[in-house]
Amino acid sequence: MATSFPVEPRVIVRSPRTFIERLRGGDQIALLTTLVCAVTIIVVVALIVVELWMNSQPAIKAFGWHFLTSSTWDPNAEKFGALPFIYGTCLTSALALLIAIPLGIAAAIFLAEMAPPQLSNLLTFLIELLAAVPSVIYGLLGIFVLVPLIRDCLVPVLVKFFGYLPIFQGDFYGVSFLSASLVLSVMVAPFIISVSREVLLAVPVEQREAALAVGATKWEATWQIVLPNASTGIIGSVFLALARALGETMAVTMVIGNTPKITASLFSPGYSIAAVIANEFAEASGRLYVSSLIFLGLVLFGLTIVINAVARILVLTTTQRSA
Amino acid sequence: MDLGVSRRRKIVNVVMLSLSGVCTALVMGVLFFILGYLFWHGAKSLNWNFLTQVPKPSGQTGGGVANAIAGSAKVLLLATCIGVPIGFLAGVYLAEYSGKTFAFTIRYVVDLLNGVPSIVIGIVAYALVVRPMGHYSALAGGVALGIMMIPIAVRTTEEFLRSVPNSMREGAMALGATRARTIFTVVAPAAISGLISGMMLNLARVAGETAPLLFTALGNMFWSRGWLQPIATLPVTIYNYAIAPEEDLHQQAWAAGFVLLFLVLGINVTARMIIARGSASARR
Repeated sequence: MATSFPVEPRVIVRSPRTFIERLRGGDQIALLTTLVCAVTIIVVVALIVVELWMNSQPAIKAFGWHFLTSSTWDPNAEKFGALPFIYGTCLTSALALLIAIPLGIAAAIFLAEMAPPQLSNLLTFLIELLAAVPSVIYGLLGIFVLVPLIRDCLVPVLVKFFGYLPIFQGDFYGVSFLSASLVLSVMVAPFIISVSREVLLAVPVEQREAALAVGATKWEATWQIVLPNASTGIIGSVFLALARALGETMAVTMVIGNTPKITASLFSPGYSIAAVIANEFAEASGRLYVSSLIFLGLVLFGLTIVINAVARILVLTTTQRSA
Repeated sequence: MDLGVSRRRKIVNVVMLSLSGVCTALVMGVLFFILGYLFWHGAKSLNWNFLTQVPKPSGQTGGGVANAIAGSAKVLLLATCIGVPIGFLAGVYLAEYSGKTFAFTIRYVVDLLNGVPSIVIGIVAYALVVRPMGHYSALAGGVALGIMMIPIAVRTTEEFLRSVPNSMREGAMALGATRARTIFTVVAPAAISGLISGMMLNLARVAGETAPLLFTALGNMFWSRGWLQPIATLPVTIYNYAIAPEEDLHQQAWAAGFVLLFLVLGINVTARMIIARGSASARR
């Protein structure tokens, strides 16, 4: 016999806990600590900007915009201009990309479209390991392996066939724009390959199948269907590589020759923004000298920030569209 | 369609596809030639004294990089103590607590920090630590590398915490655990192998950084006591030896490069294996 008893609704009254009590519970402490750490990161980035800005004030006041267009770098006379360094940074990065982009994208196509998955994964793993090799080691190899190789094998060929071009004039001593660009291209190629491969793999299989079904060859399907679909992401990977090339310090410093000079010849030694900071900062004496070097750092910072932002937007738009 | 066109298309197909294979082979070939050369050359110049002695005064041959190896370890320890806790806790905030807009802001700033060239981080560490203290120090080097570790630490933490299924959080909370307790005793331990290997990759990345140490840790011919003196590190030693005129120092640079590469790639491979095993067991 089932009977039901009416149950009196009981209201549990809990006294509101004080702030201290909630803190003791651990929950608020955890929230606050993690929040503080998150805010710390914002503070750190703000500090970077503020420190660069404040410390480059003497140079900004002394030279203004003229700093960016002047090509004199004379610490003894306290005359500083950034143009040779900006030229060197841009030239070596552009040339490095010119070499690395075709190679990198072709390799990415091979890894994403042709290689069997096992082989593709193995090669990608190795390529990602190569991206982890410290830049000072690329510099070491640049000085002792790549530069002699360029001098003995590449330069005679270039001079023989293209010697009439202004970019291949003059004597080649080893350290030069050309060497720096080649070292950089070897360094950034792994980035282009691994990001482009990801982007290519994100293109839906149906696209390839549809192209093949209407009679396209494998290459036509890749070139006319898959690549255009992935183009934004691939351009993003190129921008990421560009940002890395611009900021690269050690490898470039070791093979560029460290001479502030603007010439068309790739055989000539040059200088880059990061290299001049690395070489001269520790020994720089005088407020204006140090401040000019920090101003160069600010210029480099600005350049990479802009390029990174563009790259992120491009990579994000493709991966999200396909997802 | 006449035969000529389809033949041409087939030829283009074969040529271009093999060209992409050739490019891959070329890239891999160059990279492996370089690394093989380093391993061969570096291992040749490596010996026991090199690992246990400090550098000889200039002009004499022999000596080693024991102080630089210890110095790198010290600076990296400092960097880990600075970068990993901040990055981890900020990552926890992003994954578990934060609202959408603020999370977007932080993620953006983290990306920004990740993109800052290492030499610029060096300048900032110089301005923040070296200049106020008046001298170069291991501490300044640690701060520089610590800042560089933050972005990857945040991203790794967020990514691996997000991969923990929500049912675990709900289970813990249903048992009456507070949010903090859920995160630190249930969610984080579930992601621990990913977190640890992510931090190892992070450490391997900054272990090879040279540029930010040039004018923070500087370098030292001798053992460095405490945390407030200039200190020798492996990457900076490699750089200094490589650009020095003496042939003996070049040999030492190769050997030091071998040691550094061995450490960096060793940590990398171990970490990747942990991650691969973790994701394999999760799938099962």
